[in-house]
Amino acid sequence: MKEVVILSGKGGTGKTSIVGSFATLAQSKVMADCDVDAADLYLLLHPQVRHEEEFWSGKTALIHKDLCTSCGLCEEVCRFGAIKDFEVDPISCEGCGFCFQVCPEKAISMKDNMAGHLFISDTRYGPLIHARLGIAEENSGKLIALVRSNAREMARKGNLDYILIDGPPGIGCPVISSLSGVNLSLIVTEPTLSGMHDLDRILGVCHHFGVLPLVCINKYDLNLENSQEIERYCGQMGVKVISRIPFDNVVTEALIAEVPVVEYSGDDVSRQIELLWGKVLKKLQDENRA
Amino acid sequence: MIVSVASGKGGTGKTLVATSLALSVGKEVQLLDCDVEEPNDHILLKPIIHSSEGVFIPIPKIDEDKCNHCGKCSEVCAYNAIAVIKEKVLIFPELCHGCGACSYLCPEKAISEEGRRIGVVELGQSEAIDFVQGKLSPGEMMAPPVIREVKRHIHPQKTVIIDVSPGTSCPVVEAIKGSDFCLLVTEPTPFGLNDLTLAVEVIKKLDIPSGVVINRDGSGDSQVGRYCDGEGIPILLRIPLDTEIAILYSRGIPLVKGIPQWRESFLALFQSIKSKVGATADEG
Ligand code: SF4
Ligand code: SF4
Repeated sequence: MKEVVILSGKGGTGKTSIVGSFATLAQSKVMADCDVDAADLYLLLHPQVRHEEEFWSGKTALIHKDLCTSCGLCEEVCRFGAIKDFEVDPISCEGCGFCFQVCPEKAISMKDNMAGHLFISDTRYGPLIHARLGIAEENSGKLIALVRSNAREMARKGNLDYILIDGPPGIGCPVISSLSGVNLSLIVTEPTLSGMHDLDRILGVCHHFGVLPLVCINKYDLNLENSQEIERYCGQMGVKVISRIPFDNVVTEALIAEVPVVEYSGDDVSRQIELLWGKVLKKLQDENRA
Repeated sequence: MIVSVASGKGGTGKTLVATSLALSVGKEVQLLDCDVEEPNDHILLKPIIHSSEGVFIPIPKIDEDKCNHCGKCSEVCAYNAIAVIKEKVLIFPELCHGCGACSYLCPEKAISEEGRRIGVVELGQSEAIDFVQGKLSPGEMMAPPVIREVKRHIHPQKTVIIDVSPGTSCPVVEAIKGSDFCLLVTEPTPFGLNDLTLAVEVIKKLDIPSGVVINRDGSGDSQVGRYCDGEGIPILLRIPLDTEIAILYSRGIPLVKGIPQWRESFLALFQSIKSKVGATADEG
C-alpha cells in the first residue's frame, strides 16, 4: 500500500481539482480528504455517507459558580488569558488543565470536547474518508491522523494499492499530520510570487520530514517568467518539476458542474492531468521495486 | 478600528484585498500578516524590515539533581509532552503547549523553563503602512502563539488590517478574535461558497459584523450572491475575473498600484466598513 499526499502550501492553486481528477484516473485506491478545516473534495466526488462518527478530542475548563470562592488563582496561572471574572472563555481555553489542577476549592472541571465528525463514504470512484472539524476547534492534527488510519484500514481490508490524500493548505500542524510517513508528496504550485514563496516553505517541511516531493506548476502560462524561475529553483534544490498545466477557465466550469475536470473536458488541461497521474503512479511503482 | 480579512478557502485573493485596502487607507494604518504559515503580504508590499523578534514557547527543563521521578509532571500534562520512565524524564518539545503546569506543580521544584523558538515576528515599514508579520518555522506545528505575538503589536489608535490564514480552526479564530469587522473574501464557485459558509459560521460564533468581497467575479455562477442575500451579509466589493489583475498579482504588484483607479473602490469599501462599525457601536 502506497500513500501520496497532494499539497500546495498556498491555497487556491487548483489542488482539489487535480485530486478529484486523480480519483477518476487511479485504480485500486482509497481517497482521504485531509483538509478537515474546509473539506471541498466531496463537492466533486458526491459521496454517499455509509458511516459517521463523532470525534472527541481535547478538553475545556468549566468553573462551577457554586463552589468558586473567587480567589483568582486560576486566572493568575492561565497562560492563555482564557479566564476572566471567574468564567472560562471556551474559545481561548487550550484545555491544559492548569486551572483545574491548582483550584483549592476543586471548583473547576474539565469537559471533553466534541471536536468534529469523521465520515466513511462510497463514491463512484471508490471509498472516501473525510471529516469535518468543528468550528473554532483545535486538534485538526488528530482528526487528520484518524482520517488516515481509517483510510489505511480500508485499503488493507479491500486489498487496495493506493491512498490519495488531499492535503490542507499551510505548513503547520494539519500539514505535518497529512504528510508524515507518506511515500510521496505532489506539490501543486502556481507561477505567482506568493506561490513561489510558499513552495519554498512547503519544500522545507517535506525536507524536514524526509518526504520526497514532486512539483506540478498549475496555470503555468499565467506568468512564463515565474514558471521558469520555479523550474530553475527546483532544479537547484534537486526537486523534479513533473508537470505544467495551462490556465483554462474550463477548470472553473468543471467546478461549477461539480465534476472532476478530466470528466468534463478532453482538452489540454485534462491531458496534462492524465499525464501527471501517469508519472505519479510510475514513481509510486518504482518505489515498490526499490 | 480592527478589520480582519479572512476566507474559508485559500487562494481567493485575501492577500490582494488586504494589501490594497491598507494602501488605499494610506495613513495611520497597520497591516498585520497573521497568516503565519504562509505570510504573503510582504511580497506585494515589499516593506523594509527594521526589527525582528523570535517567538518562543516556554518548555520544561529538568534539574536531574532535584528530580525524584515522582511522575507528577507527566500526570498533569494534558498533551503527553512529558513522560517519566523509571529513572528518566522525557520531554517531547513539539507537543508542549508551554502551559507551565508541570513546572508550577512539581513538588520538588525540579522543573524550570527554557524558551524554544517556533517562529519570528518581523516589523517594518512600507510607505505609510506599519507592517508586522509572523512566520512559523517550517516543521513547527503551533501557529497560535506566533499569531498572539503579532497581535501584541496592535496600535489601537490606528486602522488595523489583519490578514488571516485560510480555514476555520484555531489559528483563524486566534487571528480574528477582537476585530471590529471581518471582511470575507470568496470566489463565485461551489468551493468558494462551501468555504464561505464555514467562514460565516466562525464569524457568527465570534459575533463580529461582516461583509463579503467576491473575487474573480464572472468566472463562476451566482450562488454566492444568493447565499449572501439569504444570510443578510452585504457584498461590499466585486473584483472581476481579469487577466490583467491576475498578472499583476503573479508579479507581486498590488492591485491599486497596478491599476490606480481601484483605489477609489477600496476607499469606498473602507468607508462602508467604517460606517457599519460605527452603526454597531451606536447600537451597543
Ligand atoms: S484549562 Fe488551561 S487554558 Fe483552559 S482555562 Fe484552565 S488554565 Fe486556562
Ligand atoms: S508546560 Fe504544559 S504542555 Fe508543556 S510539558 Fe509542561 S504540562 Fe505539558
